Amino acid sequence: MSMLSVSDLAVSYGAIKAVKGVSFDIDEGEIVTLIGANGAGKSTTLNTIAGLIKPDAGSIEFKGVALVGARPHRIVESGLALCPEGRRVFTHMSVSENLDMGGYTRSDAENRETLELVYEHFPRLKERMNQEAGTLSGGEQQMLAMGRALMSRPKLLMLDEPSMGLAPILVDEIFEIIQALNRNGTTILLVEQNANMALKVAARGYVLETGRIVKTGTGAELLVDDDVRKAYLGG
Amino acid sequence: MTASKPTATQAGATAARGYRSLSMPARYLINAALVVAFLVVGELMIGGGVVSRYQTGVIEQIGIYIILAVSLNIATGYLGQLPLGHAGFMSVGGYSCAIFIMRMMGVAGVTMRDFTSGSPAAMGLFVCGIVFGGVCAAVCGLVIGVPALRLKGDYLAIITLGFAEIIRVVMQNIDGVLGFTLTGGAKGLTGIPSYTNFLNTFIVVAISLFLIHAMMKSRHGRAILSIRDNEIAAESCGVNATYYKTLAFVASAFFAGVAGGLYAGCIGVMAPAKFGFMKSIEILVMVVLGGMGSMLGSVISATVLTILPEALRAVSDYRMVVYAVVLILVMIFRPKGLLGDYDFSMSRVIERIMNHGRRPEDFAPAAASASDAGDITSPVEGPGAPAAPSDEGAGKEASTHE
Repeated sequence: MSMLSVSDLAVSYGAIKAVKGVSFDIDEGEIVTLIGANGAGKSTTLNTIAGLIKPDAGSIEFKGVALVGARPHRIVESGLALCPEGRRVFTHMSVSENLDMGGYTRSDAENRETLELVYEHFPRLKERMNQEAGTLSGGEQQMLAMGRALMSRPKLLMLDEPSMGLAPILVDEIFEIIQALNRNGTTILLVEQNANMALKVAARGYVLETGRIVKTGTGAELLVDDDVRKAYLGG
Repeated sequence: MTASKPTATQAGATAARGYRSLSMPARYLINAALVVAFLVVGELMIGGGVVSRYQTGVIEQIGIYIILAVSLNIATGYLGQLPLGHAGFMSVGGYSCAIFIMRMMGVAGVTMRDFTSGSPAAMGLFVCGIVFGGVCAAVCGLVIGVPALRLKGDYLAIITLGFAEIIRVVMQNIDGVLGFTLTGGAKGLTGIPSYTNFLNTFIVVAISLFLIHAMMKSRHGRAILSIRDNEIAAESCGVNATYYKTLAFVASAFFAGVAGGLYAGCIGVMAPAKFGFMKSIEILVMVVLGGMGSMLGSVISATVLTILPEALRAVSDYRMVVYAVVLILVMIFRPKGLLGDYDFSMSRVIERIMNHGRRPEDFAPAAASASDAGDITSPVEGPGAPAAPSDEGAGKEASTHE
């Protein structure tokens, strides 16, 4: 029984069909990645799972419960958190206030506990806890966005382009943290343009092209796949 | 004044080592004492005849406009929307409060004179009327807010503007539809007892500001602020954006209604023409001028912009010109408003004095500064551009105005 299963998901923005019948599933404890070029429908898929966009057709089931039509805050409460693309921290709030917002659906007592865990994974955030989030560097903002998503104690964490716009050394750091989170029992759905890194850490991967899944396999298989290499890994 | 209530974040933030801070009860006590002192001084000055009757009327209007500006600030400054129908909510509150009090006077056995002498029954009626006005405005806010908040920016401005005009036209014509006299139509509602005075205006202002402040510092307020900062991020944190947008809008309408109720008692005549488009703009100008998101800013600009037209009465031919020039100058030199989003906190000032002028940041854990040097500071800046540093200088300057 898979933790999240998406079947025949179709999403459109007005007349533009962004996702045309995508199906995939994630088992508990896995890291699964969706890779693909710009406009393939990766972020749209994640946003739809998180309830930010309503799909035209298809079903999404999380731990056996249908998610389509549920309001975003209910989905967060059910244990599914999205760390949105482009970081989107609350720039006018301090780091600790941002993290507080992440635990919005949880009680204060739970949040105090979770906060320690988050600071363990991201010691940099603890140093900067009173700093305004807008003044953090790009890498720190990404860490904050991930930490904030973790504050809701998700069973499944969806990360949208966590490496976007970061220096290579920081990308390594972020991916290490992703693996550490996974070892601690968080299932992860990772959307990436940096296919190389994503496939290295993922158990399984799905390749999206113009709204459809064109290929699937284990991370290792896809890394050596000719088509994938040509299209996304630079030959 | 009451804008100086302590902030929960200050108290809640893990106290930096060695930093001496005030306890919550002490903060509330200091602020309550200041409010009472202000009230007593005001009452004595009015009682002693230092302040004339006309000036008292202006002071009452200042209070009313303070509530209006601060309540509009919930929707514009804190929620980040642009409603242009605040005068509509004010008129609903004003009419319903005035009509309620006038109809209930007979039932409660209160005469016109009781409002000036201040009998308990009259005070009770006043409280009921004001709350009734607020609730009626809040219901209108709910009816308008639910469909309107699906829209953003200019569209929201247009639809709220339209609703305010509908309210105005309804007030003008409802008598003919109902078949009896309720609002007095275009002639207006006359014979409203003057139930508004300095004392009750001041108390209502203080309570309103305290409630708005407490709401904004609570977890609900944080949710509203997070929606302004980034709606998608707020939703993915589990904030019910629709609910909080509506809540902020309804709260904004409620306090506009309260102010409307005071206004009816202060002016004594309600006429639909008073609550046109220009009234909404006037209130919006106060908020923008003071700085969106700053309660103190709204209080100061409501005060200044109420006094200014009165002070310029002698040169009344030119007063609109001066008014316009002041606005243009502020927009050129301080585009974020007088105070930006700075808010004054009396407790913070006292804490600064207790710590000999040092701020909490100066007491930051030693680890933070030590690790800075060897840290990788990412060469790539995030898309979330660093926010403009808060303007401490402007804040201090403004606090002397208090």
